[in-house]
Amino acid sequence: MIITIASGKGGTGKTTVATNLAVSISSSIDNTPVWVLDCDVEEPNCHLFLKPEIYTSEAVGVPVPKVDKEKCTACGKCGQFCEYSAIVALKTVPITFPELCHGCGGCSLICPEGAISETKRRVGMLEKGQSGDIGFVHGRLRVGEAMSPPLIRAVKKFVFKKGLTLIDAPPGTSCPVIEAIKGSDFVILVTEPTPFGLNDLTLAVDMVKQLNIPFGVLINRADIGDNRVSEYCQAEGIPILLQIPDNRKIAEAYSRGMMIVDVVPGLRETFMDLYFRIKKMCGQQHNEEA
Amino acid sequence: MKVVLTSSGESLDSPLDPRFGRAQKFILFDTDNNEHQVVDNSQNLNAAQGAGIQAAQNVSRLNAEYVITGHCGPKAFRTLQAAGIKVIVGVEGTVAEVIEKFKAGKLTPTEASDVEGHWI
Ligand code: SF4
Ligand code: SF4
Repeated sequence: MIITIASGKGGTGKTTVATNLAVSISSSIDNTPVWVLDCDVEEPNCHLFLKPEIYTSEAVGVPVPKVDKEKCTACGKCGQFCEYSAIVALKTVPITFPELCHGCGGCSLICPEGAISETKRRVGMLEKGQSGDIGFVHGRLRVGEAMSPPLIRAVKKFVFKKGLTLIDAPPGTSCPVIEAIKGSDFVILVTEPTPFGLNDLTLAVDMVKQLNIPFGVLINRADIGDNRVSEYCQAEGIPILLQIPDNRKIAEAYSRGMMIVDVVPGLRETFMDLYFRIKKMCGQQHNEEA
Repeated sequence: MKVVLTSSGESLDSPLDPRFGRAQKFILFDTDNNEHQVVDNSQNLNAAQGAGIQAAQNVSRLNAEYVITGHCGPKAFRTLQAAGIKVIVGVEGTVAEVIEKFKAGKLTPTEASDVEGHWI
């Protein structure tokens, strides 16, 4: 089963939910291998809480074109083909802009002279490790790099269907977020009960609905704002999965990189219960479809 | 000799458009016969990425030797350079004024793009 933890904006506590859910389940349920895949590759921070031991680290690259000047006849076909202006052929041998290339491979197929081959451009690193019984994978995007979906796809190769995979998605509702969420069985949308939180939540809800994945809302720091998030969920028939209060112990634990389930009594059981309810909701969904 | 100027309107009295990739119009001016032609660049105004490169490709089809504009980003600059077009940046005034300065030899091409990224 794959559960993705997402959020319309950053800083709502996505990572806290992902890591604490992972720890609660792996420490309490036998026979359920838990993996955490941190797909928030621009700012991965699950490792700050899970403190995994990293045992492999590899570079992830995207294919970009390389032009063989000897073979190229400057016909211009590659440049006309590329929609992203990543290869530009004027009256000369084409020039390339690797940072704009989407790696579709079209230019090398279109070149009548076979002058274009692929080389790799590094977009980031993939690191794999272990934190207690939890398997851990994350991607780290190179600073200033915009092409995160290929790195997210590389991290998601480690989705482990038989156990439980928890994916920490990037914040927002853009392309990389969709890449992270795609293929999940359930999405937990983490939000805060503030007007901004509500606004970003509605955008996130629209996105998940389009992907047709069952989801629910988790309200973090539930007592700081107003009731509008709850009212919105009720009106839309969206399940509120859990409300986590704004608690000083939680804030302190977070700032020290500690697990909140270790400082708030009963929270581990609450997360376990959340997991079972999500499982049930997914089961029901499947039955309905059948 | 033909030069391309980025312009905010169709006449020579229009102010130079400081942007290259997202310029409203290009004015193609021929210094040999003082004739000019207006070329639309509006399809690029809304391009999310690569507007500068697209604009540079459009310009290269006009057989101009120079581009005169306010700012030119690195991608557009590289593309223009590859097409053998010299780039003059940091210019202000109406298109007509700029043409006079150019004819008087007061404008010199730049060796590098003058802005990082999105000023295309
Ligand atoms: S691989 Fe695709 S995106 Fe990249 S330069 Fe070639 S055609 Fe353009
Ligand atoms: S399609 Fe091939 S031969 Fe034609 S310009 Fe591009 S690289 Fe050169």
